[in-house]
Amino acid sequence: MTTATKPPATAAEMTGAEVILKALADQGVEVVFGYPGGAVLPIYDAMFKSNYVRHILVRHEQAAVHAAEGYARSTGKVGVVLVTSGPGATNAVTGLTDALMDSVPVVCLTGQVATHLIGNDAFQEADTTGITRPCTKHNYLVKDSGALAKTIHEAFHVAKSGRPGPVVIDLPKDIQLAKAPYVGPEDVEHKTYRPRRTPDPQAIEQAVEMIAKAKRPLFYCGGGVVNSGPKASELLTQFVRMTGYPVTLTLMGLGSVPASDPLFLGMVGMHGMYESNMAMHDCDLMINIGARFDDRVTGKLTEFAPHSKKIHFDIDPSSINKNVRVDLPVVGDAGEVLAALIAQWKKKKAKPDGAALAKWWDQIKKWQARDCLRYKASKTLIKPQYALERLYALTKDLDPYITTEVGQHQMWAAQFFKFEQPMHWMTSGGLGTMGYGLPAAIGAQIAHPDRLCIDVAGEASILMNIQEMSTAVQYRLPVKVFILNNQWMGMVRQWQELIHGGRYSESYTEALPDFVKLADAFGGVGFRITKPSDVDGVIKEMIKVKKPVIVDCAVDQKENCFPMIPSGAAHNDMLLGPEDQAAKPTSDEGLALV
Amino acid sequence: MADKIETHTLSVLVDNEPGVLARVIGLFSGRGYNIESLVVAEVDAARHLSRITLVTSGTPMVIEQIKAQLDRLVPVHTVRDLTIEGAHVARELALIKVVGSGEKRVESLRIADIFRARAVDSTIESFVFEMTGAPEKIDAFVNLMRPLGLVDVSRTGVVAITRGAKGI
Repeated sequence: MTTATKPPATAAEMTGAEVILKALADQGVEVVFGYPGGAVLPIYDAMFKSNYVRHILVRHEQAAVHAAEGYARSTGKVGVVLVTSGPGATNAVTGLTDALMDSVPVVCLTGQVATHLIGNDAFQEADTTGITRPCTKHNYLVKDSGALAKTIHEAFHVAKSGRPGPVVIDLPKDIQLAKAPYVGPEDVEHKTYRPRRTPDPQAIEQAVEMIAKAKRPLFYCGGGVVNSGPKASELLTQFVRMTGYPVTLTLMGLGSVPASDPLFLGMVGMHGMYESNMAMHDCDLMINIGARFDDRVTGKLTEFAPHSKKIHFDIDPSSINKNVRVDLPVVGDAGEVLAALIAQWKKKKAKPDGAALAKWWDQIKKWQARDCLRYKASKTLIKPQYALERLYALTKDLDPYITTEVGQHQMWAAQFFKFEQPMHWMTSGGLGTMGYGLPAAIGAQIAHPDRLCIDVAGEASILMNIQEMSTAVQYRLPVKVFILNNQWMGMVRQWQELIHGGRYSESYTEALPDFVKLADAFGGVGFRITKPSDVDGVIKEMIKVKKPVIVDCAVDQKENCFPMIPSGAAHNDMLLGPEDQAAKPTSDEGLALV
Repeated sequence: MADKIETHTLSVLVDNEPGVLARVIGLFSGRGYNIESLVVAEVDAARHLSRITLVTSGTPMVIEQIKAQLDRLVPVHTVRDLTIEGAHVARELALIKVVGSGEKRVESLRIADIFRARAVDSTIESFVFEMTGAPEKIDAFVNLMRPLGLVDVSRTGVVAITRGAKGI
C-alpha cells in the first residue's frame, strides 16, 4: 500500500469479529451489556480497536441479560448481550428465560469453542444452542463465516418482530477470527418467518358489533399493547374513552392506559384490585388485547368469568385458546388492531348501550367503595404500603422508571405506583426472577442517564444480584435501590402463613448484611429508615444524591399483601385483608398450585 | 366438559437445518404433548426442505395449540392438519422378522402372501417380511405373526399426503 490514505476495509478484509461489530452498528445498537472470556476475546479485541458500540461491563452474565431487558423495555429497542462460552452462556439462561416469558426483544451473542472442538468437551464448552433452545424464541450456531452477517441481521429481525423475544447467536472462536464477507441489514429477508400483524377486517367488524352490544363490558389489556409501541397505548386510551367502558391491565400492561383515567380500574389478578377482579368475574364481554390469560390473572379456570363472551386480540396465535376458550380469536398487532377497531367504531357510528353501561358502572363504583388497598396505618412501624405511597408521591413528578425484584414488594409497587405512560415499569412477570430489578434499573439508567431509575426491592431478592452495585458505581449510574426490608422472604412467608399452617420453613434470613455499609463498600451511598416519620426525609435525600443509592427501609415484618385471590380460588372469592384469611381455607387443588 | 381425545396426522414443512428436529421434539416434550409417530426426511434438496409427518393425540384445544406452537417455530414453513383437511393417504413401512419351522413357517408365508408382504430375507428357519400399508393393516399382520414366531418388528411411522391434484 503506497497511497497515504488507507482505503476503507473491503468486505473481504474484515474478520468475523469486525463483521459482528459492524452488523451491530448497522442495526443501530448503541450499547452492549457483556462480560469477556476466552471464547469471545476476538470480539473484545475488535471492540478495543473500534468505537462502534458502547460496552457495559456487568458483574454476572445473568445481570447482563436483565440489564438488556431493562434497556429494551424502557426504550423499545433491542437489548444486546455479549458473553463467553460455557459458564458465560449458562449464566445467561435465567435472563433469557425471563425475556422469553415477558416477550422482551434481546439478542445474546455467546462465544463458543472453535468449530473443530465442538463436541469434544473442550474447556468452557457447553451445548449452548441445545441448552437455550427452549428458552429462546430462536437460536443460531454460526459454523460458516459466510453466513455470519446475515445471521446477525436475521436475529435482530426475529427478536423484535411479531411477539418479541430473546435470540441467541452462538459464535465459535474460529469464525470470529476468519475472514468474513459483510452484507447490510437491507439485504436480508427471512425465508419463512413472517408474523401476521394486520387483523382480519371481518373479525374487526364482528368485534365492534359485539363491543357495541355489550351490557357489562371490560377491557383486559396487557404487555402486548406496551410491546407494540407507544402509539398502541395512545390508541387504547382513545378507544377506551370512545366507549366509556372500564379497563383493567395486567402486571405487564401497566401504563398503557393512564392510571389517573377514571375508566381505569387498576391491575387485575392474584394481587389485583377487588373491583378489577369482580368486574372480570361478572362481565358479559371481555375484550382482551395483548394479554395471555395467565394463571395469575384467571385464578380458577372453571369459574373464570363464567357469564362472558370473550374476544382475544393477540399477535401470537399460540396464545389464543391456550388456557381459556374464546368466542372471537383475532391475530394481529395490538396497535394495528386498535387502529382498525377505532376506524370501524367510527364508520359504524357505534354507540354503547347507555342505560346498561350506567348500571354496570354503578355496580363497579360499589366495588371500588370497598377501598381494597386500605391498610392499618401505624405511628411506630413503617408499613410497606406507606413507604411505597410516599415513594410514589415524592417521585411521581420526576416521571421515574421503576423496576422491581420479585415478591411482596413487587405486588405492593404494582398496587401503589400509578403509571401514566407505558415503558416506565419493568418487572419480571412471567418467570418471577428474583434479582431482576437492580440490573434492569441499570439498563434503564443507561438508556435514560438523566432520569430517576428506582429498583423497588426486597432484602432477599436484592442479594441475588447485589454485585451489580459495582457496575452502577463504575459507570456513575445514579440508580436507587429502595429495599423494603422485613427480614423475611415475604411472599414465601405469606403463603406459609395462609396455606401451610404458619410453619415458616427457611423463609427467615438470620444473617443479613448491613446495607448501608454495603452501599458504602461498593462506592455508593446508603441510608437506613426505621421510623415512619423519617420516610419522607430520606426519600428526598435519596433523590438528590447523584450516585448509586441503597435505602434500607425496615418495614413491618408481619404485613401481608392484600387483596389476594388465594391459589385455586375464583375472582369473586378474594381475601381483602387479614380478617378474611382465617375464614377461607385453601382447597386441596389450590395447595398444588404455585 | 370432558373433551374427547382425537388422533391427528400433521404434515410440517421445515427448513432442513441443524436442530430443526430437536426444536420440534423439544416442543412436544417441553409442553407435554404426545407423539405417536414422527417421520422426517428431506423432500427438496435444492431448497433444503424437509417434511415431518407426525401423528399426535389430544383434545381439540390441545391439537390447535400444537399446530399454533409448531407454526411459531422460525424454521417451520407450513403446518397442515391432514385429519381435518379431508381425504389423505397414510402409509407406513414395516420389517417383520419371524422365526419358526414346519407348519408355522408355511402359515406365516401364506398370511404374508394375503397381506402382500414380501420376504426380503430368508434363512432355513427365518423370514424378514417387508410390508407397506395403513398402520392398522400392519398391526393386524404383526398380531397374526405373534403365535407364528414373531421376533422383531421395525416400523417407520406414518407418512401421509393429501388425495387429489392439489399439493399440501
